[in-house]
Amino acid sequence: MARLIRSIIAAMVLAGFALYWLSDFDAYSVFRSDQRLKSSRAPDPVNGKILFAAGGCVSCHASPGSTDRRHIGGGQPLKTPFGIFYPPNISPDPIDGIGQWTSVQFVRALREGTAPDRHSYYPAFPYPSYRHLSPEDAADIFAYIQTLPAIRGKVQDHALDFPYSIRRGLGLWKLAFLNGGVIEPDPTRSEGWNRGRYLVEGIGHCAECHSPRTIAGVILAEKRFSGGPAIDGKGFVPNLTPDPTGLADWSEGDIASLLKDGLTPDADSVGGAMAEVVRNTAELSEADRRAMAIYLKSLPPIEGHSRTK
Amino acid sequence: MTAQPTLLAIALTVLATVAIASTADIGDRQKLMKSNGAATKPVVAMLKGEAPFDLAVVQKSLANYQDNIGQFVTLFPDDSKTGEKTSASPKIWEDMAGFKAAADKFAADAKLASASITDEASFKANMPAVLKNCGSCHEAWRVKDAQ
Repeated sequence: MARLIRSIIAAMVLAGFALYWLSDFDAYSVFRSDQRLKSSRAPDPVNGKILFAAGGCVSCHASPGSTDRRHIGGGQPLKTPFGIFYPPNISPDPIDGIGQWTSVQFVRALREGTAPDRHSYYPAFPYPSYRHLSPEDAADIFAYIQTLPAIRGKVQDHALDFPYSIRRGLGLWKLAFLNGGVIEPDPTRSEGWNRGRYLVEGIGHCAECHSPRTIAGVILAEKRFSGGPAIDGKGFVPNLTPDPTGLADWSEGDIASLLKDGLTPDADSVGGAMAEVVRNTAELSEADRRAMAIYLKSLPPIEGHSRTK
Repeated sequence: MTAQPTLLAIALTVLATVAIASTADIGDRQKLMKSNGAATKPVVAMLKGEAPFDLAVVQKSLANYQDNIGQFVTLFPDDSKTGEKTSASPKIWEDMAGFKAAADKFAADAKLASASITDEASFKANMPAVLKNCGSCHEAWRVKDAQ
């Protein structure tokens, strides 16, 4: 009997160690070490600027109270069902921002959700989407950020509810759910479609708000883009698929136009968080907005929450 | 004995009136916003160069905005926070003064534009400032399917 108990305790201790190790950054790199982190060419901040806009980085990382869209000192509270997130300072300040990071550290943060000190980010920072970016594009964003003003001030820690407050749990979450890789062009599709897919699925991270999630906080694959509850718990985010409950009666031009001026075909002006998204997409080229529209119109129609007009 | 049914009847009538009043307000709000949308559609087409400039249509739209928004802000009693698929953000009732100030700004901008728009050039120069109000108000005060 005593032997049995000893064995059980030993097994539990071992399991505890295993769990601890599995939730560590090292485990992730061992299991999913197929990812390349180093850019193969010289950084291009001009491309980085486009992707920075497409990603809407400033929408979460803006310095509170600043109207200058190049100030990314972070700290604006993001209220969610898990608690309050305070997006960090990603300005190139060497102490409070990311000024001392290397490009590889940035690429790892963006694509794998792992900080230089090896802790994991919460997926409120949508790295499951950013994972689809090439290391080259990710490094270009880093190069662009280096050209922005350094902002002083460290941001306070997130105020999350238990058990979400256990950051280590994220290591396990990533092992279970963070997969996929760089989106490569589909040679059977047009250049516009491929560009649109890359922007929508990757840096644009449209699905992160426009999809319902499972209890584990993972996007429901079969309902992707069919709309979802708003992250702050108030209201509903529309269906983007070409279903009658979504964008079936919208043309590509209608979608591209909304991304530019925020107006629906009925001349209604988008509100809520989408107003901020449009401030970002308005900075893109007409061709990029059109590409996003082409891709959205090509999605399989999925029934979602019906829109109220 | 008879007082109780009477009281009940009164209570029910009051309740029904309250319910009707609030849904009626929500319905009227939505009608006014639809009317604003209908007024905006031709104006946007002109701004984009998809339709020829028509001063009469522009002036009519600007007049509609002023009429509609003046009525609109009066339709937010405390009992109309939810129901009828309202998209009104709870923030409206938390900061009614701010909400009304935003509405007043829209009306004032429309009035100013109405006075300064006389031809296509002045239309293109002054109309965007009016339409900016749509986006800024919807961002701050509207939540799609808020309930």
